[in-house]
Amino acid sequence: MLLGAAAVLLLVLPFVTDAALGHGWVRILDFALLYVLLALGLNIVVGYAGLLDLGYVAFFAVGAYCYALLASPHFDLHWPLWALLPAGALLAASFGVLLGTPTLGLRGDYLAIVTLGFGEIIRIFLNNLNTPVNITNGPQGVSLIDPLRIGPWSLGQVHHLGGLEIPIVVNIYFLFLVGVLLAIVLSRRLEHSRIGRAWAAIREDEVAAASMGLHTRNLKLLAFAMGASFGGLSGGLFAGFQGFVSPESFTLQESVMILCMVVLGGMGNIAGVVLGAVLLSVLPEALRAAGGLQQDLLGRVWVDPSNLRLLLFGLALVLMMLLRPEGLLPARARQRELHG
Amino acid sequence: MDTFLQQLINGITLGSIYALVALGYTMVYGILELINFAHGEVLMVGALVALTVIQGLTGWGWPAPLAVLVAVLAAMVVCMTLGLAIERVAYRPLRRAPKLAPLITAIGLSIVLQQVAALIWGRGYLSFPAVLPPVSVVWGGVIITAIQGAIIVLAALIMAGLLVLVQKTALGRAMRATAQNPAVAQLMGVNTDRIIAWTFVIGSGLAAVAGVMVAAYYGVGNYTMGFMLGLKAFTAAVLGGIGNLAGAMLGGLLLGVVEALGAGYIGDLTGDFFGSNYKDVFAFMVLIGVLVFHPNGLLGSRAREKV
Repeated sequence: MLLGAAAVLLLVLPFVTDAALGHGWVRILDFALLYVLLALGLNIVVGYAGLLDLGYVAFFAVGAYCYALLASPHFDLHWPLWALLPAGALLAASFGVLLGTPTLGLRGDYLAIVTLGFGEIIRIFLNNLNTPVNITNGPQGVSLIDPLRIGPWSLGQVHHLGGLEIPIVVNIYFLFLVGVLLAIVLSRRLEHSRIGRAWAAIREDEVAAASMGLHTRNLKLLAFAMGASFGGLSGGLFAGFQGFVSPESFTLQESVMILCMVVLGGMGNIAGVVLGAVLLSVLPEALRAAGGLQQDLLGRVWVDPSNLRLLLFGLALVLMMLLRPEGLLPARARQRELHG
Repeated sequence: MDTFLQQLINGITLGSIYALVALGYTMVYGILELINFAHGEVLMVGALVALTVIQGLTGWGWPAPLAVLVAVLAAMVVCMTLGLAIERVAYRPLRRAPKLAPLITAIGLSIVLQQVAALIWGRGYLSFPAVLPPVSVVWGGVIITAIQGAIIVLAALIMAGLLVLVQKTALGRAMRATAQNPAVAQLMGVNTDRIIAWTFVIGSGLAAVAGVMVAAYYGVGNYTMGFMLGLKAFTAAVLGGIGNLAGAMLGGLLLGVVEALGAGYIGDLTGDFFGSNYKDVFAFMVLIGVLVFHPNGLLGSRAREKV
């Protein structure tokens, strides 16, 4: 019953939004779904396995550039979608293993710094690999990327179903929705599998887990690779949706933002992570309106909205850790642990 | 050879600054096992405060050396207060929380400080007024500017002072005791809360001085200047062996030299495939390399995971 209602709601949501608020807000919904996908991926690493990754956006970047380079006039390659998305996810996962292999023996806070450094290294390379051989096209980025296309249907154009007009942003909404639903099912299955329980054991006490015979290094690598593949997949979807990628989209700020979503929502709990991602991707758009509001109320714009957005994020992170460290919708185990 | 020596001097200058900042990281880590992510931002605040004060005072016709001195003192006072407040608000309540918690508040604080600085000083670059004499010593083919000389000498004096403080005074002894074992230190009558607060105050003071040095060296300051510098200084602290004061100094100098030489020679070494625009990558490569092959750092004692 509840599930049916949710399904209907998710089906009509883009059409209602489109009719009431216009294409712009459906686009915001699309991005919200993309962030949900990213947050679910990071949740595997941070929430399940307890490894703090501050460079998660690197995997997003790898997926996006993989799509961009294999489906654009840049190298004149035009791979189909069914090959592009797995390629991006796989490449990202192998980057995850590449990063994880030397570093997973490190203690938690060292790992955080190394992943942060890795994220920056990837960005610096994307920015500079245009000379002497032009691979990434440097700061200009790659443009004219092929739109997402499933078989004969291009999602980059308006379709008609009976008398119903389906705009591009709604096409994308449904594609991303499918991605998110798959990710949720996968996350749930993982969480309660043998691997998921092993991750929980490692998160709670690595020494104890190892002495129980768990191969902690391989399990942690698996978490890294899994999380990275979600990131790579979202990167591919992002590139196909935007039609343009540049290193600017993959800054540390983005990594922190995704981490905020996971932490604020509730690490380790899927519903919490989804809530966090939706809240943090839709709220800033509302804050964007705050500029106009300030103009009306106070006569001038006192606080730059983009400034305000980050300021509130930072404050939210601090206050959340101090007052409700388990997040808005915590995983049951974590709540017990913090309020034993 | 001249290029080599010149890059060496540039590297030592930069390295002295890294060392000062790295000391702040290493002292806090030594006691709390916490990476104070907001440390770079404290440096940024110090630099911007100093720039504002210098601009204001020289505008009123104060002589340059006096204006710089007052600016450094003002920056130190502001940063020390800030450091104290950060410890009190964001770290002390979380001392018994899981390790992830203070790390995340630290990231949050760092964002907050950056954005507040952007609100106060704007997003543009503040320039350091040309108040210092542009003299330089030419020695062989190597040029040492007055600013470089001042940075190196001042940093050396401050670090010597810090070593004396930590090794010879009662406060220093209490700090070492707290780092070794907070519970026992407390039983011996050390007020560990106060010692921890002092650690933040001293570290922030060093960061303030380092911030003024960076601003003077590059001639500009900006609300984002602390982040990358903080990260590199942390790398320096890890390189030397985190928790170890002499290690932070050595690590800072070494990292500065590696970076300067790397930026100078990477083009030649790789047949111009990689240029000096990859200079920021070195610090991270060094960091990953050290953590993987020698996680205790150059001078660090063997750290055992507390079970």
